[in-house]
Amino acid sequence: MRRKLRPSLRSALLFSLVAGTLAGCSGIEPWVKPYERANLADPIMSFSRDPVADSYVNHVYEAREGARGAEGGGGGGCGCN
Amino acid sequence: MRVAPKEGVAVAAAATDTRNGFRWGLLVAGVLGFCLPLTAAVLPEDRADALYHAYSGGGLDVSGPSLLARKQLGKYTSLFGNYYVDSISSASIDVVTTASPYTEYREEKTVGGDFLYEKTLFNLSMTNSEESDFNANSAAFGISHSMFGDLTTISLGYGQGWDTIRKRADKAGNIDPNFKKKADRQRFRLGLSQVLSKNSLIDLNYELVTDEGYLNNPYRSVRYLDGNGAYQLQAEQYPNTRTSHALGLKALYYLPYRAVVHGEVRGFIDTWGIDALIGEIGYIHPLGKAWILEASYRYYTQSRANFYSDLFTGKAPSLDDCPYCYRARDKELSTYYSHGIGLGASYHFARQGWGFIDKGSLNVKYNYMQFNYQDFSDLRAKGLTPGSEPLYSFSAYVLRLFVSIWY
Repeated sequence: MRRKLRPSLRSALLFSLVAGTLAGCSGIEPWVKPYERANLADPIMSFSRDPVADSYVNHVYEAREGARGAEGGGGGGCGCN
Repeated sequence: MRVAPKEGVAVAAAATDTRNGFRWGLLVAGVLGFCLPLTAAVLPEDRADALYHAYSGGGLDVSGPSLLARKQLGKYTSLFGNYYVDSISSASIDVVTTASPYTEYREEKTVGGDFLYEKTLFNLSMTNSEESDFNANSAAFGISHSMFGDLTTISLGYGQGWDTIRKRADKAGNIDPNFKKKADRQRFRLGLSQVLSKNSLIDLNYELVTDEGYLNNPYRSVRYLDGNGAYQLQAEQYPNTRTSHALGLKALYYLPYRAVVHGEVRGFIDTWGIDALIGEIGYIHPLGKAWILEASYRYYTQSRANFYSDLFTGKAPSLDDCPYCYRARDKELSTYYSHGIGLGASYHFARQGWGFIDKGSLNVKYNYMQFNYQDFSDLRAKGLTPGSEPLYSFSAYVLRLFVSIWY
């Protein structure tokens, strides 16, 4: 016969699962090694090379379009330094 | 120069031609304040930019300078300031059909800073925007954290804006002392940047924006049939709240011969019934060590707001008598689509350094856009039965000329 778990036991199991998952994350090996990031560090590999120019064109789009938000941030590159 | 109002309708101007975008500093605070390096917690580079911008299309001309400077203080702090001006001259479709041409001047100032603590970057910015009938103040705060060997960056952001809306009373531009409205705005951002491979990056963003207060344009009108085969004008009536959700995905891919293709897809919904979709694809190609050329194509489409109509059937009671009798005839709330093409060139000078300058660039960027409205008529066509006028469309260009130096 199936029995329902008590709320406190369910919470403990959930906590263990989350904690275990997070602990596992700390062991993730970067799949792109630092010496493989030359292309990512190239200035052209940027979502926004020129903030002042991108800010202006986003102004124009917000004024001319009903949609707004989630334009995304700026920089790029891998920050290898 | 302003001229007299037409048909007794409000004064000089459909100012939402600039409002929402040009007039709201939160966007600037957001974009400038969130220009953080992706996938690693490092401070932005020290640089200064001097930009001349120009927009022209649909009878609206906007131009002016924008100056941005950023400087690190020590190892963990970077401060920036931005000064921006719009000089506006408008004879847009709204203005020439329901109001009067006008000129306007807007000044905007933003200051902010980034603060690095181990792998976490905090940023804070504040913006003030002033013009004769509109004042906007905003503040934005963000935090980003890099993890998994700097392959992943998560970011959170919050911004709040406080607008004060006034109204010109006459063609001389005097402000109506009895008209003063408020609107408060909030933005919540959530972002994830991810290195997928040694040649590809993605950037996933969600943003919730919520507005409360006076969201109308005090100058714009709707039109309604008067029962005699003609139309009359009546001031717009908007809800006093609006909440929107947007989700966007950007991607960059590095090609084998040092060039980049990039793409973006973004979806949008709001409580006014507008659904929108944005798609963009582009290509960046360096030429030698000094030049970078780029080209892009952008598509935008949206459905109309629930309370939008090109022509209403009768006059609406006021919101005092009928709280949900909302009405709008703002073409940005109609059904339409647009195509856009962007071209750009950058020339990099002083690549080995010159005096205090580490490097510099001269840049030109040009965008051409074509807007096609599906339920917004061109009322400049006279002598036609109301509702049978041709649909409106227009093209516009955006020019950005700027010089950047790194130091």
